[in-house]
Amino acid sequence: MRTKTLALVAVIVGLHLVLLFAGFFAPYDAASQNRDQPYAPPTRLHFINASGFHLRPFVYAWTANTSSNQPGAYSETRSVEYPLHFFVRGSSYKLVGIYETSLHLFGVDEPGRIFLWGTDGYGRDEFSRVLYGGQISVAAGITATLIALLLGCILGVIAGYYGRWVDESLMGVTELFLSLPWLYFLLGLRAFLPLHLSAIETFFLLTGVIGMIGWARPARLIRGLVLSLRSRNYVLAARGFGASDFYVLRRHILPETFGLLLTQAALLVPRYIAAEVMLSFFGLGVTEPIPSWGNMLGALQQYSILVSYAWLLAPAGALVVTSVLYSSLADVFHSRLESSLT
Amino acid sequence: MKLIAHLTLHVCLLAGICFAAAPAPEAAKPGEELARDADVSGQYGGHLTIGQRSEPKTLNPVTATDAVSREVIGRLMADLIDINRSTQQTEPALAKSWKMSADGKTFTLQLRKGIRFSDGYPFDADDVLFSFKVYMDEAVDSPQRDLLIIDGKPMQVTKLDQYTVRFVLPRPYAAGERLFDGLAMLPRHLLEKPYREGHFAQTWGLNVAPGEIAGLGPFRLKQYTPGQQIVVERNPYYWKVDAENRRLPYLDELAFLFVGTEDAQVMRFEAGETDMISRLSAENYNLLVREKSRMDSQLADMGPSLEYNFLLFNLNDLSGKKLDEVARKQTWFRDLKFRQAISAAVDRESIVRLVYGSRGAALWGNVGPGNKLWVDQNLPHPQRSLETARQLLKSAGYSWNPAGLLVDAAGRPVEFSIVTSSSNSQRMKMATLVQDDLSHLGMQVHVVPLEFRAMIDRIFQTFDYDTAIMGLGGGDADPNPEMNVWTFNGTSHLWHLNETEPATAWERELDQLMQQQMVTLDYAKRKQLYDRAQQLISDNLPFVFLGTPNILAGANVRVGNFHPAVLDPYTLWNADELYVRSSAPQNAGVR
Repeated sequence: MRTKTLALVAVIVGLHLVLLFAGFFAPYDAASQNRDQPYAPPTRLHFINASGFHLRPFVYAWTANTSSNQPGAYSETRSVEYPLHFFVRGSSYKLVGIYETSLHLFGVDEPGRIFLWGTDGYGRDEFSRVLYGGQISVAAGITATLIALLLGCILGVIAGYYGRWVDESLMGVTELFLSLPWLYFLLGLRAFLPLHLSAIETFFLLTGVIGMIGWARPARLIRGLVLSLRSRNYVLAARGFGASDFYVLRRHILPETFGLLLTQAALLVPRYIAAEVMLSFFGLGVTEPIPSWGNMLGALQQYSILVSYAWLLAPAGALVVTSVLYSSLADVFHSRLESSLT
Repeated sequence: MKLIAHLTLHVCLLAGICFAAAPAPEAAKPGEELARDADVSGQYGGHLTIGQRSEPKTLNPVTATDAVSREVIGRLMADLIDINRSTQQTEPALAKSWKMSADGKTFTLQLRKGIRFSDGYPFDADDVLFSFKVYMDEAVDSPQRDLLIIDGKPMQVTKLDQYTVRFVLPRPYAAGERLFDGLAMLPRHLLEKPYREGHFAQTWGLNVAPGEIAGLGPFRLKQYTPGQQIVVERNPYYWKVDAENRRLPYLDELAFLFVGTEDAQVMRFEAGETDMISRLSAENYNLLVREKSRMDSQLADMGPSLEYNFLLFNLNDLSGKKLDEVARKQTWFRDLKFRQAISAAVDRESIVRLVYGSRGAALWGNVGPGNKLWVDQNLPHPQRSLETARQLLKSAGYSWNPAGLLVDAAGRPVEFSIVTSSSNSQRMKMATLVQDDLSHLGMQVHVVPLEFRAMIDRIFQTFDYDTAIMGLGGGDADPNPEMNVWTFNGTSHLWHLNETEPATAWERELDQLMQQQMVTLDYAKRKQLYDRAQQLISDNLPFVFLGTPNILAGANVRVGNFHPAVLDPYTLWNADELYVRSSAPQNAGVR
């Protein structure tokens, strides 16, 4: 049980580190287009050529089959081999947004190209885009979760602890938030905003909107928990000894909500990453050429692309993996919560 | 055994009902002046299904504005003179002949004698008079009214005898006979009463009873099932015959299925549930090409359409609007060299390859290679050159800051946005390519996808945008429908709406050219004027033209006489000639 949990945490931390250092792991810049190679399938890694087996893998260049007039029809040009190199110099980027460097984990010599997960309709490397896109999507999911839980926790605790008209009015507000037609609200909101928002502004808009929509549910959960904690004997005893509200909340109530908050967080992060997909569709997400899993998946709304270029589903795969990891984490938190309560 | 016999009987009965429901073509009556399609042959019978993106809004030909409604109405109705979608030339329809006076103002039309509406009622000049009265009535508010009111004066329509009608225009009008295309002739015996009573606009809605609607088109209404389909059946009195003097149409029935989206249209077609499809995107077309081994279909790439897609600059007069930011950027957009630099930097080849999957054409003017009669062959097609673009910007006083960003003479970085409709993936893609092209000039360009109506509102009403990617055209090859784009007071004069007079010298010249070509009757002279107009447009770049898609269409292999055209309605314009091949096995190869 412990090792499994440790392994899970290690994988999650690893995933986030890879996304954090996307510039290093991605061989190309997310926006650089290869206009002669749209919808190129994933580059194959070869180990065997005419002279036998090689430990260092190599790749061939894709050549478009012009005769068929079909985008996405490519064949390998076997005349030139491009061996895979590690720790190569490529396009420059800012590591974690601070340190400028051009070091990449792997790459091939120009004019060779390595597209591990193929390219999109503009010939942009899908692998690099999934990594860069993950930065925005996962960060948006985590930030939105923090906002939602912070708001939910404060309002839920206040409602549950003080009860009566405070409780009733706050829960009335949560009901209002749960029943608002958000799609139409968002469409209206977009009309009021300036046409262009910078990536940073968009990011805070995204997380703000998701957090504002999302706080109502955790608030109700927390309120329910606080309501039952409030009448526990040790709380009653503390109040009997004249403890202030602040002391009781800090010492006896808030620590008890911690387990619930953690479980909620692990559940909400993947849900909010998915919410970003929806918001991108309404023009509230980050826009081209900056990738996010949401706007990358937007291209798959077209049936012809969905059925023709399977590798463009990579961001969906990344989303699924992230979601599964987070829900396993939620399970771990949940079982701990259960055992601590009994 | 008994059960099987019972079932067989039921099936026979059902089949009998279906067959009985499609009326047999009437035998020709003596004195009936029918039109003969000398090169058309086919087989009677059968049923074709078309998938439509949405449900039509009305069956009233006078008030319909949306393409989906017009697609259905066009099969039920006929016009006096028709533009043959294949040759792009006019040909006799309900009028068997016409004469234009030497001054180009008077048209005398000779109607076909003895022909009947789809309910068997005879058609004559009174129906024509009535129809034009309705189209030109301000109270009815028909979208076609604008075409018939020239210089604020309506066309004069007079009945000379039962089968002769004279039209007098207030001034000469080039290619005036093309005006008659698409104006459906209405049955006076059915519509006069609602018109007199003032509720014409509400008649012939979708739930009209089949007996209350009649037209002169190849089909007549059979059944409308809300949310599902409209079925039309053969008009037994239709006025066209084939090479063997057999009365058209061949088909018993045509069904319009409401499927929703373009993707749904493609899936239904792939599954063999619909028989024809048009306006395919290159991606969907390529998908069908790849599927061809699995499903037998006839696919047609008809070459470049007449639509033009372009980058539009907001040059509107913003005084009185609180749009200082946009007004500031307008100093760039008003600079011709700035626009020329953008045009030089745009990689049109890539647009054709990546957006249209090589099934399209690059554009440098508003008339593309698809419009063979009117395209100006001498229009320059400069190669993409970032170097030229940089020179142009430098000579206009722009420079580059140390970070490589373009700054104007006042030192402000050049940064603007392109709005485009989020539901149009092709234009979204164009915007992304243009954005990347312009980033090589150091311009910071942002693509802003907007919901279609929100975008239209900004372009036509609030003017709160910098630039936009849009498309226009595609209706007719003639220059006259373009009048509302290129004349200063036109309703689609997008870059500068609500002008009271032409803002610049070249706009003034363009306006004169467009007005002049409209009253010039000689084709060669008219072409000269329109060529000059095209040159002015491409020199002054109110729009940076990008590209045009090819018209791509497909049909099930069992559809005979499938001849798609580059003009709307691409596949259904010859619905009267379509037939179902009996030799081809039904549903052959369809999965």
